[in-house]
Amino acid sequence: MNELLEILEDLHPEVDFKSATDLVDGGILDSFDIVSLISEINETFDVTIGAAELTPENFNSAEAIYALIKEKLDDED
Amino acid sequence: MLFTSYGFIGFLLAVFVLYYLIPKKMQWPFLLIASYIFYFIADPRYLIFIAITTVTTFYGAKVISDKKVAFDGWFKEHKKEYEKEERKALKAKEHSVEKKIFLACLLFNLGILAVTKYTNFTIANINSLLAAFGRADGISFVDLIIPMGISFYTFQSMGYLIDVYNGKHEAQDNLFKFALFVSFFPQLVQGPISRYHDLSQTLYAEHSFNWKTVSFGLERILWGFFKKLVIADRILVAVQAIIADTDTYNGFYAFAGAMFYALELYADFTGGIDITIGVAETMGIKVTENFIRPYFSKNIKEYWNRWHITMGTWFTDYIFYPISASQFMMKLSKKSRARLGNNLGKRVPVYLSSFIVWFTTGIWHGASWNFIVWGLGNFVVIMISQELEPFYRWFHSKVHVQGTFGWRLFQVVRTVLIMSSLRMFDCYRDVPLTFKMFGSIFSQSSLSQLNAEAFIGMGLTGFDYLVVFIGMLILVTVSLIQRSGCVREKIYGLAAPVRFIIWYGLFMATLVFGAYGIGYSASQFIYNQF
Repeated sequence: MNELLEILEDLHPEVDFKSATDLVDGGILDSFDIVSLISEINETFDVTIGAAELTPENFNSAEAIYALIKEKLDDED
Repeated sequence: MLFTSYGFIGFLLAVFVLYYLIPKKMQWPFLLIASYIFYFIADPRYLIFIAITTVTTFYGAKVISDKKVAFDGWFKEHKKEYEKEERKALKAKEHSVEKKIFLACLLFNLGILAVTKYTNFTIANINSLLAAFGRADGISFVDLIIPMGISFYTFQSMGYLIDVYNGKHEAQDNLFKFALFVSFFPQLVQGPISRYHDLSQTLYAEHSFNWKTVSFGLERILWGFFKKLVIADRILVAVQAIIADTDTYNGFYAFAGAMFYALELYADFTGGIDITIGVAETMGIKVTENFIRPYFSKNIKEYWNRWHITMGTWFTDYIFYPISASQFMMKLSKKSRARLGNNLGKRVPVYLSSFIVWFTTGIWHGASWNFIVWGLGNFVVIMISQELEPFYRWFHSKVHVQGTFGWRLFQVVRTVLIMSSLRMFDCYRDVPLTFKMFGSIFSQSSLSQLNAEAFIGMGLTGFDYLVVFIGMLILVTVSLIQRSGCVREKIYGLAAPVRFIIWYGLFMATLVFGAYGIGYSASQFIYNQF
């Protein structure tokens, strides 16, 4: 989770990602941010997040993103 | 059948009355019949195209969906019998079959769209190339029919196919229900581009007559007609005059034309969508909103989140994300970051994907270089604003204007000016002429152009301009009220006589000031041609 928070804070230093729950719906993360984000996530966690998973529900909070990463890791086991 | 024709109003009345008279379980099949009649009246030949897209997409999605369900069930039961690598191979094999069906269906239907809409554009470009090499004998143009609303229903169908392929929802089991999703007549000609999981919530449900829902729908239709007939079709006359005579109407007139067109397009397109949403609402069906006060946007990115929303999200979900999240782009991202550094490198795949999206958005709007340059113009502006973000951060740390009314107003005016300038490509004959007219705003504007007579010479009277101006004030006022919630709900809460005065006033204004008198004819909606 800490690694993910670091990536997120690097993208938007002004946002408190621990508490934010409307990252996409609230317009904090736009489509450009999401693409930058998944490229870093894929590399850091060695997972493959595809276009179909790029939904607001999966990216509205750091927790949701982390859950997605965990799901991908479990899925690949 | 134009939304603004008497024929459409008659058709609508008949559909509405019958919809509530027939047994409720017959409502959705009846809407399918009505939609096909609507399309048949436009041109019987169109039916072949929409039927082909409907049938191929329905069966393509159904085979994929059935295979997915069957495989998932089998895999759940048997996965323990296989090693990790074997499981991966099984999944990959299954996925590869689904992918083949998916791609065949996708390419077939996009192929129809491409052939009908872009064949002659391709031929024209080949001929230009041949002429450049001294060959005068070009290829002859072909006489193809372009089915009404093909861009809209193809995108809507392909969105459905992609969602089924990605496992977002299962396929619809009933061919006729799916046919209604593709052909639902209020949104067939100019969108919105609905998603299956949204529209299907209310499209097939049984609806009882509910006075509030019906009256809200009728109010929305009336509001749409007001925008279209009183504002859009009136200012259209001046826009056409400015575009037609570029020798006379350059400089400040070109600027005025761009502003008039911004108003016309907004009133025309949002008016059409109001009618669409209102018609659906009278029958209890909820169609996705397509606009959220776009001219109040602070920047171009925000504008595109508020203008023609269903098209923007379609391009984001089905083109931008698949391209930018593809393996190729991920590898490119890795390489570019290694070579160019993290900051610059990570932008390469985003910008490349964005370029493709805006090129496609441009050509989707029309088979001409004007639209392609317009699309790429949007791309350039968005990239520039993206690159200027650090500058804005620095600026705001030094000058504390952020959040003030003045700064917000500046941002809104800037966005409207940029978007209106880009839309000049929509108006003029070709790209060089558009650049010339845009340039003339800076080089040929003069105070002498600011005279009332010249504007009267554009085919509108002073009274017409007054009507447009008052109409615009009403639009702005309604938009401002909308910020705190649904205007119709607010009016609904008022005393009955006040409600009556408001709606009767709007009805009479549309009837009296609608541009369908001598010298006018209600014109086609701009977005119908897409």
